[in-house]
Amino acid sequence: MGWFFASGLFTSPPVQVALVIGAVAATVSAVVGVLAMVRGLAFAGHALTDVAATGGSGAVLVGASPLGGFLGGALVGAGAIALAGHGPQQRRDVATGIVLSAATGLSALFLYLDATTNATTGVTQRVLFGSLFSASSSTVPVAIELGAATLLLTAVIARPLVLSSLSRELARARGIPVGVVSGVFLVTLAMAVGLSALTIGSLLSTALLVGPAAAAVRVTTRMSYALVIASGIGIVSTWLGITLAYDSYNWMPHHQSLPVSFFVVVDVVVAYGLCSLVAARRARGRRV
Amino acid sequence: MFSGFMINAWQVGTIVAIVAGVVGFVVVLRGDVFAAHAVPNGAFAGAAGASVVGLSPLLGLGVFALIAALGIGVLRRFGQRDATTALVLVLSLATGSALLSQSTQYASSTYALLFGEILGVSSAHLIPLLALGATCVGAVALRWRALLLSAVTPDIASARGLRQGRLDAGFLVIVALATTMTVPVVGALLVFSLMVGPPAAARLLVSRPGRAMGLATLLSLVVLWSALVAAYETNWPVGFFVSTGSTLVYLVARRISQHGTE
Amino acid sequence: MPDALSVEHLTVTLHGRTILDDVSFSIQPGEFTGLIGSNGVGKTTLLRAILGLQPYETGTISVNGEPRDLQHAAIGYVPQKIALDSDVPLRVIDFVTLGLDAERWGLRRRSAAQRDRVAALLEAVGGAHLATKRLSELSGGEQQRVFIAHALVREPSLLLLDEPLASLDPRNVQEIVALLHRLAHEHHVAILLSAHEMNALLPVMDRVVYLTGGHCASGPTNEVVQTDVLSALYGHHVDVLQVHGRVFVIAEPNDATDNLPEHPTLTVH
Repeated sequence: MGWFFASGLFTSPPVQVALVIGAVAATVSAVVGVLAMVRGLAFAGHALTDVAATGGSGAVLVGASPLGGFLGGALVGAGAIALAGHGPQQRRDVATGIVLSAATGLSALFLYLDATTNATTGVTQRVLFGSLFSASSSTVPVAIELGAATLLLTAVIARPLVLSSLSRELARARGIPVGVVSGVFLVTLAMAVGLSALTIGSLLSTALLVGPAAAAVRVTTRMSYALVIASGIGIVSTWLGITLAYDSYNWMPHHQSLPVSFFVVVDVVVAYGLCSLVAARRARGRRV
Repeated sequence: MFSGFMINAWQVGTIVAIVAGVVGFVVVLRGDVFAAHAVPNGAFAGAAGASVVGLSPLLGLGVFALIAALGIGVLRRFGQRDATTALVLVLSLATGSALLSQSTQYASSTYALLFGEILGVSSAHLIPLLALGATCVGAVALRWRALLLSAVTPDIASARGLRQGRLDAGFLVIVALATTMTVPVVGALLVFSLMVGPPAAARLLVSRPGRAMGLATLLSLVVLWSALVAAYETNWPVGFFVSTGSTLVYLVARRISQHGTE
Repeated sequence: MPDALSVEHLTVTLHGRTILDDVSFSIQPGEFTGLIGSNGVGKTTLLRAILGLQPYETGTISVNGEPRDLQHAAIGYVPQKIALDSDVPLRVIDFVTLGLDAERWGLRRRSAAQRDRVAALLEAVGGAHLATKRLSELSGGEQQRVFIAHALVREPSLLLLDEPLASLDPRNVQEIVALLHRLAHEHHVAILLSAHEMNALLPVMDRVVYLTGGHCASGPTNEVVQTDVLSALYGHHVDVLQVHGRVFVIAEPNDATDNLPEHPTLTVH
């Protein structure tokens, strides 16, 4: 196994930090992602990642921590999307799209200013595509606390959230404060996006949010199983991605390693493909 | 501002704005906003790959935009429309970033491809650009009624013998072509602003489809021209001004239409 | 014993148009009531007002003799239809279980008694075989049954149904009506069901609330469903016939009635 787990993989402090942060981000994203699937919010979740990019690039500009920037951006984006619209999916998508587009424009400006005024090199790559190995060890406790808070919040709103996702009317008729519930959920979504942006970059954080959840609901009809399967896929993808990225230093001709985020995304997509295959085979089996 | 290299920028910008207005209007009408966001990201990977192996970026853009569009079209048939679109999108972005990480000018080319450059298209490419643009506009004009009907009442369209699947795929190809032209100028992440903002605004203001499309094109021209001026004056990225302009146009339209109904 | 539902002098205005104008009626515990009226006459608005989803200008709504705001748990609601993505990881049994306490915060393990109650209700609505199906896979008739179980699992005293028969075929209509009739007796729940057509309900309906032009007329079925009463309500001649012991309401096709807002849609099955 020496060829796979290259020397120094588990003893290197940056890798240890990466493994912990990656696992936290993957778990939180998977859980929130499954609930986002129930709400049909895949697109909104993705838009938040782009707004997180704005926050991240803005944070670099003023010298603040990227996690704070990601989180702040995603929270503002969540607020904007909540204000921009209810109504049919189509209108909601346009409203979400406008928020996304405005945010991306701002990221363009911030990144430009980062590069020109601060002469920060590689900031585009760091903010958008992540650089997990450069996360500082002081981020670990923050990430764990944030992750725990997100999971707790999700558990608190779970039941009203599911019912109001199925039918707003039905939920309101039972006295559920639907607006509060969806607001709180958007906050948890923003927190998941922030953590995931820290791991694989703001542009790619959609992968951890949407991929494992979408894969899990293909193979199970039970919410509790879906949560466990999605978390499993997320964690395995992240850890495998970290290992492969670490190893890639040895494979590549110029010892220019490939980014962690690339491998994580590929792992997630492969997992999604496998789950889809399983689902398709089962469906065929049922028909025969 | 109207001399030398800027002439080229004006010409390219005008073609791009017209195509984005026309194609974007159909995108908004069909509620395919997410696809219009994902296809350009597919194109990003292509351009990145082309620049690593030293091919023309326009070729890389075109090929990968088509692959992304058709990939989305095929995968959608298996359900989970938004989720598959999202995964195609991030996979393309991740691939693009991995490819660029192997190139020496990583930072600057990543930035230009994602957020655009005034001079993204050289004057040598003007003729192919015109041809691509004419193809897009022509294709939309040719299938205009079918696209309209299937967007508004898909069931009736099917009942009249329209093949939704083929129409869907065909339209995604048009989006891919429009993307190929637009990415170098406004950037992979911001093509979407130009394709969604002005058409969504036009739809709020005018209810007749033909006129709304005209207005969408006009607004998109205004947005792109003013972005070019602003970018020239400030040296800031053109994509920033394009998205700010699109957002403003949409917000103003929303304001006006709300006043109208009250 | 207080009325299961009492609506007094209810007036609702939407976008400057008076939808309901001084509507009053009441329903006794365990009574099966049909809320009848043509499309767009305000049936849904009335149900939404009772559910607390629709603000109203004047009037009072009380449930079991108390203001409705205090009575969330006493009202069960069956919406017309829910549109779901095909992949929502939620089974029928999970949805019915949500009916127990979806408005509560936090997670909780279900007691054996609660699980039994869910199973018993699914059985009662003829949906035991659906328990582990995905909610999104159900047909229209199956969805109605499951929604009814979801609403009843909390043991409300009043059950509101919004056009539950609208998209069903005749056989499913009969089955659902019979099911509701049986449940009304077994669970002693008052039912208020909206429909634009009353023939399917005639065998089981205790009371009619007829809504027209913003006003309502209500009374026991056998008093309202009379040739002269209905003719006055509809504004033109309507026949009430007895065939093989069953009652049917028939509107005569008449050119003059085409212009009436309340053109009845009643036909013989």
